[in-house]
Amino acid sequence: MPEINNFTMNFGPQHPSAHGVLRLVLELDGEVIERADPHIGLLHRATEKLAEHKTYLQNLPYMDRLDYVSMMCNEHAYCRAVEKLLGVEIPIRAQYIRTMFDEITRILNHLLWLGAYALDVGAMSVFLYCFREREDLMDVYEAVSGARMHAAYYRPGGVYRDLPERMPQYEPSPYRDARRLAELNANRQGSVLDFIEDFTRRFPGYVDEYETLLTDNRIWKQRTVGIGVVSPERAIALGFTGPMLRASGVAWDLRRSEPYAAYADLDFDIPVGKEGDCYDRYLVRVAEMRQSNRIIAQCVDWLRRNPGPVIVDDYKIAPPPRETMKTSMEALIHHFKLFTEGMAVPPGEVYAAVEAPKGEFGIYMVSDGANKPYRMKIRAPGFPHLAAMDEMARGHMIADVVAILATMDIVFGEIDR
Amino acid sequence: MSESIDDTSQIPLAELGQRLRHSRVDRGELTVELERDGLLESLRFLRDDPRCDFQQLIDLCGVDYSEYGEGAWTGPRFAVVYHLLSLHHHRRLRVRVYLDEELPILPSAVEIWPAANWFEREAFDLFGFLFDGHPDLRRILTDYGFVGHPFRKDFPLVGTVEMRYDADQRRVVYEPTRTEERVVVPRILRIGEEGRYDAGNQ
Repeated sequence: MPEINNFTMNFGPQHPSAHGVLRLVLELDGEVIERADPHIGLLHRATEKLAEHKTYLQNLPYMDRLDYVSMMCNEHAYCRAVEKLLGVEIPIRAQYIRTMFDEITRILNHLLWLGAYALDVGAMSVFLYCFREREDLMDVYEAVSGARMHAAYYRPGGVYRDLPERMPQYEPSPYRDARRLAELNANRQGSVLDFIEDFTRRFPGYVDEYETLLTDNRIWKQRTVGIGVVSPERAIALGFTGPMLRASGVAWDLRRSEPYAAYADLDFDIPVGKEGDCYDRYLVRVAEMRQSNRIIAQCVDWLRRNPGPVIVDDYKIAPPPRETMKTSMEALIHHFKLFTEGMAVPPGEVYAAVEAPKGEFGIYMVSDGANKPYRMKIRAPGFPHLAAMDEMARGHMIADVVAILATMDIVFGEIDR
Repeated sequence: MSESIDDTSQIPLAELGQRLRHSRVDRGELTVELERDGLLESLRFLRDDPRCDFQQLIDLCGVDYSEYGEGAWTGPRFAVVYHLLSLHHHRRLRVRVYLDEELPILPSAVEIWPAANWFEREAFDLFGFLFDGHPDLRRILTDYGFVGHPFRKDFPLVGTVEMRYDADQRRVVYEPTRTEERVVVPRILRIGEEGRYDAGNQ
């Protein structure tokens, strides 16, 4: 019998399945993983240290760059922390807008996750399907904030501006004829809300398409069923949150257990898995997309009926309207002070969390009364998930490492911070 | 954290006895400060007692208070802050433990919550805190061979070394950084001064 030695394999940091820059040192016995040691930090930018040197408003765009596929949820956690320190209540319409965009973000995130996961496991076409829908939602991001990804749309005190009355349309181009242009612009004739409503009507059909491709697919099941099983007790002990925890059968969702924004008034279900394997995590996330779609539809309905302010009417926190600044000296001073010195936040410490698509995204903020945070700790959901890599991968094959890594929905922007 | 703790009576803090230094409710969040001696027993009590039932360690981080409030801080310089969550009671708790400045060491909580493993490595890396009993206390976020603890307040924002590719030596070289720290917006403290934000004064 030939002698087989253990050997060590280096996976990444430049590997298409590493979802960014992960260096994974694998100790192998043949093709079986004996130990997996993730080396992280290749994307470490010390966001928390930078935040100590920036004003509260300047820090906001850094939040987009943490988990760069669920941008607005990060902003939401940050804004909630600042608002809690300030002790302000934001307008109800802003709460609904935030809820709607949190769910749009969740769909964006899950679509990217699903496409990338299927690609890692070997199914190419799902990726293309998912990116088709992402494009529509990116357009919504762009319509409200001017940026497709790094929106900086939520602000302490509300959101930057109200939803636009007109959805931007495709412009004539030498690459498409008039008929194609009319086709593309068919659902962009009304307001942004009209476009989102149209999307919520179409989206369940799209999810059916993904499920047709994957849910009963024999190869998909072979690659995911029974892989990376985590028991509920273990998932709690390891600090799992979000879909990773729910797929193990623990019904815990901050939207339901600690309702923030407008979630308390909305009707939605929390999908929960049974086995805690990769397949259940897939099912939970797909079911979550359907629920998010339901929430968005309810928010659209509410937002249509209830106009109102979208940011607090307090010039120490939010800038005055531009028209006022043209005529009022006081408004001009407020604007100048807010954008140079920033706001002084009362001393204290708070922890504010939101149910981001990946799990609990929290901000622990310590203020000493200055115009900059004294200390800001970002609780990224992916960090404890990746920490469990060793435990989840042990005893599996190398090919399963890719499936397990992808099922965690790893994004290095938030893990390395 | 809408499931706020309005009074400390919901958690049997008295049973911590001498190990409890201080407890406070601020903005609906309960913070307890524990003694370093007997910390593991206190944490185990918080996890195992059915009235506490904090099964999940949500976060662990270090704080350096040396520049807090421009010298207003009188307590110890370093602290470790734990954020605990009870899924059963829908409740959160913040635990703070102070450390010595000369030798910042405290027992590791990995035995109690396995999630503490990487969080403690992070606090070791960024603040230089030592966790006694940690199975694998290595740097995690900074570069291989990094010197210093970057999140301490006396570590410069621009860092101490910079890296470039040297074409003559045909390798990457590290040099002392030449970047100068620029402060565009100064840090301004407005406590007890006019202009400080006050929600009741608008």
